[in-house]
Amino acid sequence: MNKRVKLFIPVAIFLVMAGFLLYGLGRDPNTVPSALVDRPLPEFTQPSLYPELGEYSSGDFLGRILLVNIWGSWCPPCHLEHPFFLEISETEDDITFIGISYDYSTVEDREFLAERGNPFDFNVVDLDGSLRIDLGVTGAPETFLVDQQGMILYRHIGAIDADVWNDKFVPLLRQIR
Amino acid sequence: MIPELGNFSLVLALSLAVLLSVLPMVGVYRNNQLLMTLSRPLSSGLWVFMLLSFGCLAYAFLNDDFSVRYVASNSNSLLPVYYKFTGVWGGHEGSLLLWVLMVASWTYAVSLFSRNLPLDILARVLSVMGIISVCFLVFMLFTSNPFDRLMLNPPADGTDLNPLLQDFGLIVHPPMLYMGYVGFSVAYAFAITALLTGNLDAAWARWTRPWTNAAWAFLTIGIALGSWWAYYELGWGGWWFWDPTENVAFMPWLVGTALIHSLAVTEKRGVFKSWTVLLAIAAFSLSLLGTFIIRSGLITSVHAFAVDPERGLVLLAILLVVIGASLFLYALRAPVVKGTASYTITSRELFLLVNNILLVVSTAGILLGTLYPLIHEAVTGDANVSVGAPYFNTIFLPLMALLVVFLTVGSISRWKKTSVAYLKQQLAKVAIASVLLGIVVPLAITQEVNVPIFLAVALALWIILGIARDIQTKTANKGSFISGLKSLSLSYCGMQTAHLGMAVIILGICLTSHYSVERDVRLAPGQGIEIGSYEFIFQGVERVQGPNYQADAGEVTVLKNGASYLTLRPEKRTYFATGSVQTEADIDVGFTRDLFAALGDPRGEDAWVVRIHLKPFVFWIWLGAFLMAGGGVIAICDRRYRVRESARKDVPGQTTDGLDPSLTGAS
Repeated sequence: MNKRVKLFIPVAIFLVMAGFLLYGLGRDPNTVPSALVDRPLPEFTQPSLYPELGEYSSGDFLGRILLVNIWGSWCPPCHLEHPFFLEISETEDDITFIGISYDYSTVEDREFLAERGNPFDFNVVDLDGSLRIDLGVTGAPETFLVDQQGMILYRHIGAIDADVWNDKFVPLLRQIR
Repeated sequence: MIPELGNFSLVLALSLAVLLSVLPMVGVYRNNQLLMTLSRPLSSGLWVFMLLSFGCLAYAFLNDDFSVRYVASNSNSLLPVYYKFTGVWGGHEGSLLLWVLMVASWTYAVSLFSRNLPLDILARVLSVMGIISVCFLVFMLFTSNPFDRLMLNPPADGTDLNPLLQDFGLIVHPPMLYMGYVGFSVAYAFAITALLTGNLDAAWARWTRPWTNAAWAFLTIGIALGSWWAYYELGWGGWWFWDPTENVAFMPWLVGTALIHSLAVTEKRGVFKSWTVLLAIAAFSLSLLGTFIIRSGLITSVHAFAVDPERGLVLLAILLVVIGASLFLYALRAPVVKGTASYTITSRELFLLVNNILLVVSTAGILLGTLYPLIHEAVTGDANVSVGAPYFNTIFLPLMALLVVFLTVGSISRWKKTSVAYLKQQLAKVAIASVLLGIVVPLAITQEVNVPIFLAVALALWIILGIARDIQTKTANKGSFISGLKSLSLSYCGMQTAHLGMAVIILGICLTSHYSVERDVRLAPGQGIEIGSYEFIFQGVERVQGPNYQADAGEVTVLKNGASYLTLRPEKRTYFATGSVQTEADIDVGFTRDLFAALGDPRGEDAWVVRIHLKPFVFWIWLGAFLMAGGGVIAICDRRYRVRESARKDVPGQTTDGLDPSLTGAS
């Protein structure tokens, strides 16, 4: 190969890479956030928010549609979505709601749920952050939709309201029901 | 008012950066001294206004100005004051401001400490750095302005800094890392200058080396701090996960390491010139790529910034300009800076070339592994691929083992030509001793055959004994050993310190990986577990009050060989301000082992889940990194980087003034 042509190899490699990067940016931003979508929910064994209830394992929930919500009493957007969760937990009977406390202040989380109502069927605390890290959580709130086979179908970052629910969750739910 | 002042300073900084990137460059080509001399004051101006802007954002944080959107989403009135300050770089916009402030600081530092640079070179270097500032200031002002106001209904309080960021390790980790990332912009600017002038000589390499060393030392510390934080704060005993965010910091480090070695050859022997230039461009390009990958949310990672593809598009445009244009310039101009000197098969040049190839190949392997999920998805449409530690370890570890073999040979050999007989005489005993000791010592201590351990100990000894042998040779004819030591140059001492750091890291990594014991056990008060010669007894938990928190303080007494040894006090703190709880592990850091205890959660009665680790030699990983960075700093202090005229005398046939006829004609 011509020596002068060889010198263009670095810039050619870079341009190919830039093409892939551009492709990466063009992907549907809603599918970008989680490497976990279409994968099984990571296995976990975590204590309940209520110590007397012992602990839960991921295996306990197999066969049900799950809505896994990562939240914390300290997190204002979580307060924002909380009433909506109370609402849909009434109407969506076949979905099991699992709350994972994002902070570790179990006392305040319990108080929060006692005061404002508990939309969750199961409350899990993630004391050491290991479950958060397995899930790749970047902040609170985040919500994962998991199907009966334990596969994650969708991950939502940020608070959920009726619009988000109807746009993103309802179509997926229709598919798996 | 103050945020507007900050915003205004940013605009002024952008204006100055535009002037800096244009005027001195125009001056160079018009041969206008006045325009060229403007590069210094413009650099100072850029730095001052960036500093002012940073100060304004810090002021907004410290005074709880929640009408500023960035403050509202990254602070809270109850946050301790030092976390309010560090919250300035707790999110995307502010950390970008810090990033540009650091570009401006390096630019200013170059303008301060390069009094012996010819004016036309300085003007070009500062101009190129000005272009980088322009790109990122435009990016910040138009897509990520930290001073944006929440005009309607500013919140009464902020949403708080991410609890994970409220930690000392993460306060210092990003600034150090950015200093390293951004520091490579200096080497990059020098490389572009060399391509523009077509003049790349020993003096050029000599100007570039200390800046590269400094950036590399910062990056070393930055990466080590990140790893240390993961170890002690996350508390699951890991210190490196081959996570994309780690990889993108590690790649510029590897290429930077290659660059440091290649620069040595270019300075001393005038070869590998275009290669050195390419490495300098690559090191900074990989830094930019890292910034891009993390901030565009392109690759999902545990601790990346919030996702925003639109910002990603602007950043990709910057990448195209800065990386694409410079590689294109390289393709056009590289023949002009080609080296002419010759070297033989057993010269130091060749061993350093091997070093470079190994480092670049490992970088390419890591880059491929990091981007592979993306490439795979683009080609096949299947998004279900992830590349994990097994791949990276398979690629990286054998290459590093090979690198270490050549490390000792390279650092003991001589420039131009080293006779095989000399290498044999110097290294035969070292090789035999390190292999023998590498097998015998671990075998004697552990009584088990463990090949990876034998290999790691032998490689580490190969470096250490090689250093000892070389120092012995170099001090042999200098009268006493002490006067011999004094005669060693600082750049030599720096090199050997950094190499020693490498040996220490190898030992630390290998011994920790193989001999760590990690137990998560449910313990009632009085119960305990035994690990090796240590016995850990859980004494229970009591409530204590701290200055701004309340904690469950556990007590774990440790017995060594049955005798009372020490007490670990892991805590679980509930901070009043945010209600968040931090698990504070207690680690007894030791030279040969860390004892680690952390509280899990209560399990009825007075029992708790207690996490207990015994991690031998883990401290050596960070000790080694510190030695490496220290080596870089020692080398910077070498006299010859500060001697004005000597640059032109060492290498015959090359001059700093004008174009070297032997270089311009070669292609």
